[in-house]
Amino acid sequence: MTEIHMPRLSDTMEEGVISTWHKQVGDQINRGDVVAEIETDKAVMEMEAYDDGVLEKILVGEGETVPIGVPIGLMGDGSGAAAAAGPSESDAQESSTGSGEAGASADSAAAEAAPRPAAASPAESGAEPHGRPKASPLARAVAREKGVDLSTVTGTGPGGRIIRVDIEAAAEAAGGAEQRRSQAPESRPAERSEAEQRDPELEEIPLSNIRKVTARRLTESKQQAPHFYLTSAVDVTDLVSFRADLNERLQASGGPKVSVNDLVVKACATALRANPSVNVSFRDEKLFQHKRVHLGVAVALDSGLVVPVIPDADRKSVSEIAAEGKEKAERARDGKLKPDEMSGSTFSVSNLGMFGIEEFSAVINPPEAAILAVGATREEVQVQDGEFVVRKMMRMTLSADHRAVDGAVGAVFMQQLTSLLQDPIRIIA
Amino acid sequence: MAETATRSKPASSGSKSRRGTRSGGNRVQQRQGNTALGSESQETLRDYFRQMSLIRRFEERAAQGYTQAKVGGYCHLNLGEEATVVGLMSALRRSDYLFTNYREHGYAIAKGIEPGRVMAELYGRTTGTSKGLGGSMHMFDTEVGLLGGYGIVGGQIPLATGAALAIDYRGGDEVVMCQMGDGTTNIGAFHESMNIAALWNLPVVFVVINNYLGMGTTVDMSSAESELYKRAVAYRMHGERVDGNDVVAVQEAAGRLVEHARKTGEPAMLEAVSHRMKGHSVVDPAKYRSAEDAEAAREADPVATFRSQLISAGVLDEDGAAEIERAVQADVDAAVAFADDSPHPDPATLFDYTYATPVANDSRRLPADPVF
Amino acid sequence: MAVITYRQALHDTLREEMLSDENVFLIGEEIGVFEGSYKITAGLLEEFGEKRVRDTPIAEEGFVGAAVGAAMLGLRPVVELMTINFSLLALDQIVNHAAKIYGMFGGQSSAPMVLRTPGGGGQQLGATHSQNIELYYAFVPGLKVVAPSTPADARALLKASLADNDPVLFLENLALYNTKGEVPEDAPPAEIGKAGVTRVGSDITIIGYSRMATVATQVADQLSEEGVSAEVIDLRSLRPLDRETLVESVRKTGCAVIAEDDWLTYGVGAEIAASISDGAFDYLDAPVRRVAAAEVPLPYAKPLERAALPSAESLNTAVRQTLEAVGHRR
Repeated sequence: MTEIHMPRLSDTMEEGVISTWHKQVGDQINRGDVVAEIETDKAVMEMEAYDDGVLEKILVGEGETVPIGVPIGLMGDGSGAAAAAGPSESDAQESSTGSGEAGASADSAAAEAAPRPAAASPAESGAEPHGRPKASPLARAVAREKGVDLSTVTGTGPGGRIIRVDIEAAAEAAGGAEQRRSQAPESRPAERSEAEQRDPELEEIPLSNIRKVTARRLTESKQQAPHFYLTSAVDVTDLVSFRADLNERLQASGGPKVSVNDLVVKACATALRANPSVNVSFRDEKLFQHKRVHLGVAVALDSGLVVPVIPDADRKSVSEIAAEGKEKAERARDGKLKPDEMSGSTFSVSNLGMFGIEEFSAVINPPEAAILAVGATREEVQVQDGEFVVRKMMRMTLSADHRAVDGAVGAVFMQQLTSLLQDPIRIIA
Repeated sequence: MAETATRSKPASSGSKSRRGTRSGGNRVQQRQGNTALGSESQETLRDYFRQMSLIRRFEERAAQGYTQAKVGGYCHLNLGEEATVVGLMSALRRSDYLFTNYREHGYAIAKGIEPGRVMAELYGRTTGTSKGLGGSMHMFDTEVGLLGGYGIVGGQIPLATGAALAIDYRGGDEVVMCQMGDGTTNIGAFHESMNIAALWNLPVVFVVINNYLGMGTTVDMSSAESELYKRAVAYRMHGERVDGNDVVAVQEAAGRLVEHARKTGEPAMLEAVSHRMKGHSVVDPAKYRSAEDAEAAREADPVATFRSQLISAGVLDEDGAAEIERAVQADVDAAVAFADDSPHPDPATLFDYTYATPVANDSRRLPADPVF
Repeated sequence: MAVITYRQALHDTLREEMLSDENVFLIGEEIGVFEGSYKITAGLLEEFGEKRVRDTPIAEEGFVGAAVGAAMLGLRPVVELMTINFSLLALDQIVNHAAKIYGMFGGQSSAPMVLRTPGGGGQQLGATHSQNIELYYAFVPGLKVVAPSTPADARALLKASLADNDPVLFLENLALYNTKGEVPEDAPPAEIGKAGVTRVGSDITIIGYSRMATVATQVADQLSEEGVSAEVIDLRSLRPLDRETLVESVRKTGCAVIAEDDWLTYGVGAEIAASISDGAFDYLDAPVRRVAAAEVPLPYAKPLERAALPSAESLNTAVRQTLEAVGHRR
């Protein structure tokens, strides 16, 4: 008997949703076959089989969410013995769907949803006199992996030692509150939200993983990063005609169509290269300088917001950025973007101009230190050399994390960016 | 001229001091000047002289190599024992086996190993008798039947007995000779092995080199029965004593006992009374020896004595002796050159000789290597 | 496949090896006429004669050394040391000679021999006859030390030891002689230097050898009824030591308890614990525990002897405490 477990498919994934079972009970599975599609916190990923066998039981149905490592199906020789035996006791973890099929006892640490009560008295607490929390080597390794700060964890091992289960409980507590609410209503009616039970007019919509992650990340950003905002009005009259000119030439040679946003992305990359103080991250009380410039470009989907990354945007031509951005945005809409194509950006650009939004302020995408919100382009009357003139204007707002970027530093960046966009030939220089 | 274990007990050394001198009971009548050279051919006698001279020169160069830091560790020399060494080895066939203690350079050469390979072992080189892994105390060569010099006093005795057991088991006609020093006769392994060899009728000749000194401790200080050959009586084994300074006498006695063992399987014990010319090892100034004892050892020099004997008997003339000495000197020079030119073992071979049969998980970790 | 005792497995394997190789002979005290203190060699003198089954005087140094010398000339002696306590009388021949022949002389000769000897206490044999001092030999490069815990292993490891060209100390145990188990007659020799995972589990690793390997299995069985999945490792070989298998298991379970009949300080378990620290440091969720004999000359009186020796109860307690320490089932 072989158990199929919820796989870990991204660096930050803690649980996954079965979006599709490609195999049904009774189907032969060969090593390498796509068994199911799993929606992670970042994308929908294919899960391949590591063993040959027959799918004898599906433990977690489509649409259901379970933590990494929980059995989601059983493979056997086709005799049905695997299904009869069920998942091994030691590995049996109550899936958060509560379907009951995966075994009733939640004896494994990984399955514990609720943070454990802090049992250790102050005298037993794991803090050592020299300030280093007392933790087992395994707990330290798991904490590193899950990004848990040991000083925030209460140890429940002997003498207040922090042990693996404590880290797992802490990680779950940090990331699991909303996850626990995500359980499909039909699978666990008893846990339908109070609001839903009270008000028949109100229907809870299960959160997609992408939305859950977005919610957690942006809450964290707004709570922890002190945002400040710098808005510039850019005269893009020349930029618009430059773009038209460029597209005409590119089209002739079969190249991609370049959007104003592609030009903004390229200009940002160039300005970041010139102002490395903005191309930074603030994390764990430390400031990090990025040596490369990776631009995230926000894309709105029905299921939430995703930010495909254009690596080394400062070293790419505008047409390359245009082609890559278009291709990645399309794959993002199909849920086919790989996790590593959505991580590692050092600065993001969000553009709501197509909706006619004049200007807005974006929430920083951690651990980046700044994001540029780009509004719509429209004709405005400007005063130039004492004359009224009609110019095409675009407003953009930089949100910056004041822990990492000072006001003046942000202002210089915006000044250079504005100057680039107003003299567009320099963007492609 | 030998004393046997059946002889009556000599006068006890009684109240005499047992330190630094020989008791009367231990004296062996020494051959003087032009006495019988036995029935050996002149050629054989000249070869004995050549071998004894070779060992003498070799050991002098070994001591020199030690002072030059070419030779490390302990270094025990056969100086003063050349007649015993050559006499004993002449009694053995090439196929016979020899086990010795740590004072064995001369035995290795006399058993047939090239002096260069013996010197190379002292120098710790790959061409040495034990590939440089053994050193002065641990010469070995299966080809000539030297099954080891052993550094632990008495350690070779059970092994030699076991080798004789193997010969007996297979019905072979080889004989084992087991050499040891006088101090060794007090160790348990000696008595256990003498008993076993006699009990099981094994073809082994135990040879005790009695130079009266176990390091600085005399036989009288350490042995209740100072006539060591008599210890054989306790195991109903034949024991006898021979003048170790007389190469012909040693060859005769050893040859007789070896052939008897070959024929009957019966073990025997031979005590060769000898002199250690220098200290226990090259670093020992031997301050504990009385002046007269040291003088006696110098006077008894078996190489010089045998040389004049041969000249007196007309076996050699002065020129002939000098020519042998020149040739021997050249052999030793060549041995030193060979050793000096030979490669040091490569540290990469460190783990090549821990196990004869390789097995899983054998540790090959160097001191600073992590275990994982 | 026959179910036979550990004793019978040793006897049958010795007999088989003697039949198949003329060079194999037995040597030791009381192995012939008396048929062995523990009757392993019963009947063999009658079948093979005095040449192949050699009774010796009480002279461990003498006859162990004689076996080494015989092995150097190509015989394959199997020495029986009545108990491991008496091996101390032959320590010089085992450590300074048998272990050194191959290396010290540059690989020109070796000492292919097996030193069979039982260790263990628990029969009120008192301080000098109840020791577990296999560590003395496991410490020495040049020797190999194996410790079978089952009749099948006794056979497979004895065959491997006889096929090996190095001196092998073959550790038996008084308490194991009457234990029974299936012994496949056509099984190949075991691999010296390999530990066995005798029970697969995921919650905790229990490591033992010789008698304590069987106790470890017993404790794992008890705990499995309570839902604990314990992995049991039988070292089988103390030198070489299979660190890989130990570490691989602890990397999986995150905790380990070592069961050893010897004394704790500097014992076999200390080396195992150090190896786990070397190879599985980041995987440890609790300190490695050792269940070992109390550090006293073993007393004669039964209550004192029982208190001093490790048992299923003491191992069970240590395993439970370790499971508690890693938050098992919380």
